[in-house]
Amino acid sequence: MLAVNFLLLAAVLFCIGVYGVIARRNAVMVLMSIELILNAVNLNLIAFAVMNGNQDGQVFALYVIAIAAAEVGVGLAMVLMIYRNRKSIALDELSEMKG
Amino acid sequence: MTGLIVAADGVNVAQNVGFGIIAFGMIFAALCVVSTKNVVHAALWLVVVLGGVAAQYILAAAEFVAVSQVLVYIGAVMVLFLFGIMLTRARIGSEEGLNNTGWQLGIPVALVLLGLMSYVIVDTVRDTIIPDRGPAPTEALADQILSPYLVPFLAISFVLLAAAIGAIVLARKD
Repeated sequence: MLAVNFLLLAAVLFCIGVYGVIARRNAVMVLMSIELILNAVNLNLIAFAVMNGNQDGQVFALYVIAIAAAEVGVGLAMVLMIYRNRKSIALDELSEMKG
Repeated sequence: MTGLIVAADGVNVAQNVGFGIIAFGMIFAALCVVSTKNVVHAALWLVVVLGGVAAQYILAAAEFVAVSQVLVYIGAVMVLFLFGIMLTRARIGSEEGLNNTGWQLGIPVALVLLGLMSYVIVDTVRDTIIPDRGPAPTEALADQILSPYLVPFLAISFVLLAAAIGAIVLARKD
């Protein structure tokens, strides 16, 4: 298997995730796009692990999975709190901190 | 360029064809995630992407990570997402206003980023062939986690604990 396949697939997924983060207005959709980005990075880590022939990349991928789970939990709790306070999760309406 | 998809020297053709099919499905599903008008459909397309990622892990002989991916992402994270969608939206169905007003700006940004990254990747690892190593034993992974990477492992457990407590505190109703 060519290494370039894996890395290009991860790059495409990463860019789709970046597009989603920029384009989406709904906070839950932005969190989903962040999941796409994290999965692209994990694909890279697994590809590097199998290229180098050791397990370090797999260990890092597992850590990224754990951190992603924590991030989604806290992120969705914050989204719920914003929804409860404002009845909306549109990110462009959250402009109180704009200077 | 055809070598990217089908056969080059010393490349397992069946593995590459499987990779190509799964990759195509994943990219299509990822595009649906960022372009669909229905939030629930976006979550379900995300399941397809995450399942494809797990399949790619198996192709790259990383079964333990693949199983963790299925358990954590498809099992837990997707349920969280669906709960988040249901709790923040009254009606199920397509919805306008999911995109920002300046959403077109995302397309050139993503394309430029993709161009840069593909140039660098193709330039760096052009003909590197991943050797067929067979599956890595899970004991080796456990040895790695529990001896050289023990401190980050403990740190992760604290992070998860803090995240769980923080999520409960944030989402509590009083």
